[in-house]
Amino acid sequence: MSTARLALEERIDFYPTHEVSGVRFRRGRALPFGATIVPHGVNFSIFSSAADSCTLVLFRKREREPFVEIEFPREFRIGDVYSMIVFDLEVENLEYGYRFSGPWDPRAGHRFDKTKVVCDPYAKVLGGRDVWCKRPDRSAPYQHRARLAFDDFDWEGDTALEIPTKDLIIYEAHIRGFTSSPTSKISAPGTFAGLREKIPYLKSLGINCIELLPLFEFDEWENYRPHPETGQPLINYWGYSTVGFFAPKAGYAATGGLGMQVDELKNLIKELHRSGIEVMLDVVFNHTAEGDERGPHICYRGIDNRTYYILTPDGYYYNFSGCGNTLNCNHPVVRNMVLDCLRYWVSEYHIDGFRFDLASILGRDQNGAPLSNPPLLESLAYDPVLGKCKLVAEAWDAGGLYQVGSFPAYGRWAEWNGKYRDAIRRFIKGDEGMLGEIADRIQGSPDLYWYRGPTASLNFITCHDGFTLHDLVSYNRKYNEANGEGNNDGANDNNSWNCGWEGETDDPCVNALRERQIRNAATILFLSRGIPMLLMGDEVGRTQGGNNNCYCQDNAVSWMNWDDVRKEAGLLRFFSKLLAFRHAHRVLRGDKFFEHRDCVGSGKPDIAFHGTRIGEPDWGGRCLAFLICGKHAIPQDDDIYAAINMFWDGLPFQVPPAPEGKSWRVAINTSMPSPEDIYDGESGPRVDSSEIIVGGRSIMVLVA
Amino acid sequence: MALDILSAVEAKTARIALTGELDGSAAPALRETVDKVLSGKPAQLILQVERLSFMASAGLRILIFAKQKQPDLKIYLVKPRPAIVDTLRKTGFYDGVYVTDDEPAGA
Repeated sequence: MSTARLALEERIDFYPTHEVSGVRFRRGRALPFGATIVPHGVNFSIFSSAADSCTLVLFRKREREPFVEIEFPREFRIGDVYSMIVFDLEVENLEYGYRFSGPWDPRAGHRFDKTKVVCDPYAKVLGGRDVWCKRPDRSAPYQHRARLAFDDFDWEGDTALEIPTKDLIIYEAHIRGFTSSPTSKISAPGTFAGLREKIPYLKSLGINCIELLPLFEFDEWENYRPHPETGQPLINYWGYSTVGFFAPKAGYAATGGLGMQVDELKNLIKELHRSGIEVMLDVVFNHTAEGDERGPHICYRGIDNRTYYILTPDGYYYNFSGCGNTLNCNHPVVRNMVLDCLRYWVSEYHIDGFRFDLASILGRDQNGAPLSNPPLLESLAYDPVLGKCKLVAEAWDAGGLYQVGSFPAYGRWAEWNGKYRDAIRRFIKGDEGMLGEIADRIQGSPDLYWYRGPTASLNFITCHDGFTLHDLVSYNRKYNEANGEGNNDGANDNNSWNCGWEGETDDPCVNALRERQIRNAATILFLSRGIPMLLMGDEVGRTQGGNNNCYCQDNAVSWMNWDDVRKEAGLLRFFSKLLAFRHAHRVLRGDKFFEHRDCVGSGKPDIAFHGTRIGEPDWGGRCLAFLICGKHAIPQDDDIYAAINMFWDGLPFQVPPAPEGKSWRVAINTSMPSPEDIYDGESGPRVDSSEIIVGGRSIMVLVA
Repeated sequence: MALDILSAVEAKTARIALTGELDGSAAPALRETVDKVLSGKPAQLILQVERLSFMASAGLRILIFAKQKQPDLKIYLVKPRPAIVDTLRKTGFYDGVYVTDDEPAGA
């Protein structure tokens, strides 16, 4: 026993064989890539297929100049991998990078520059932007500084929650935006710790999954500029521009200045899990922060430009992301990096799922052409470590590939359903001829996902990209002047309607209609099959003043205003009860499509569509009713009847007979002011008549 | 500012008094001290930190290291400054130590 232990601790392959400037090292292990703590040292391993040589550059934390540079001897390279173990390092006080020597031949795709220190693509911690918006020293030779992470966090038994996809209610939020406002009245605004303080709010709202906008390390100073007229600083607030895929954004941690972002984020995730809330990350693998040929040498470009990026035949960058470059995701090396990265986040951070930004790029080949069977997407779908985590695609890219309904899913992938968003918006604002599509969207979009099931459809009406729900019913057009691009950025086709007055108003009639429209949108969202997603603050009427592209607005324009929780208590009450209504009625959350027939001998089909008269849907109009039979749920549930009137006047709707021995009760009536807009359980008014009047642009939901 | 470390072991109690700043460069010395005082398997480790003005990741990692090396070890932080307590809370380490204004009774 003791001999065996001795053999493990004193392995002969863990002693130094070389020395430079007093630093001892030896040949390392090619795998895993990255910096790994090993007995008495650190194993450094990095790939480059085209470099002539590689040098490890070691710094003491935050020092401008390295304390040693060690060129990898030829015998330390195995294939295309450079590896070495360096001994006796102060790992807590260490930063490392690499210099690569190789051809500068852009036409051939090579952009090596030995004068630049580049960071490790597998860096688990990155310094250099430790405190949010602290102005960096641009003259420093090494900007994004790789550090080591330590996997000693005490998870106290925590693990991924594995909530069934059909039961998810997602809340899309931005780490800073959620709590940065002084109105949040917390100790660490705009940080992981700050979000942790607001978990009780999320829990009381009723969501069970939070989708966080990108939190991989990025550079908030990328493309920094003052507004040309106002001088207001414009920064990269959203963070859709990855510097390092394995490292959490240090500036999002209150303890980032202490180098403790890993622990703070893990603590947040552990606490969210304790409250029954899953964590989904919005991940950006379609491009990096290096931009096009004018961008900085941060990492990938200086290591193996031709491998990491999709290049034109003359060596320029294809720009399917709209951000200057396109990651070469289906190159086997890059594909493995993406896999390694996601496995790392699932195993080390207990992440429950991922939403892939511009995911269609992940299905392009090394020349940019769409693949019918993309290896990366298939690998992700069948990866054992990712086996229980949710995979959600934003199924389009900036190169014109639009795959909503046709994204290669392998039975695993769900999609942000952009068609759901567009259809519901048009329906709510009163467009005619929408009812056929609306019926599909409410059922989970069987026209798009008939072979995949309704949980392939992530339903949303608003998200970070576009109007908030309040602004959707308050503005006919965008107001993005504050972004400094002459109002040319952001979408023009918003399908919004201002309810009769552009922007904020004191007109009580306009405001009452807007309140109703918000409730209408929310009601349809949470009655629909699929996975509903709510945008941060929509539950309290958050406004961005008509700005539909707040990517650079790290200020009150984007932030949640917590005073609204008090001011909009009625709306918040509506949302929290609406979410509770969905949780209480499993018949709304089925993972199979309706069959439009009686499958259980209840005497009724699982779903039946009506118009103002029973059995007579008016597919060309603006009114739709439907009855969902609760006996088709297992175990059985209530019947739910919804009458949706998007006509401007009130209309009578015939009410189907209630189940035998039961009576209809009002659950939701969006035409009524709070608290009569929504009722708990069976506390709503009883409906004994065979007809109800549904107010103009209103929805009534009955349960029995 | 440098870190001064004073240590003593008495019966089943190990004591370490820290003065100054505990950053990455000072951590190896503390780790060595912790290693030394834990070699006698004490029941508790009392860290006098009233005069510790700053504790970086490296310092907290040493506490975790001590706990992992000897899971039944009780670690007391005596009179930590509010900023240090705040960091412990934000990073999830607070539950793993006893934060106190006085040395534990019987120590």
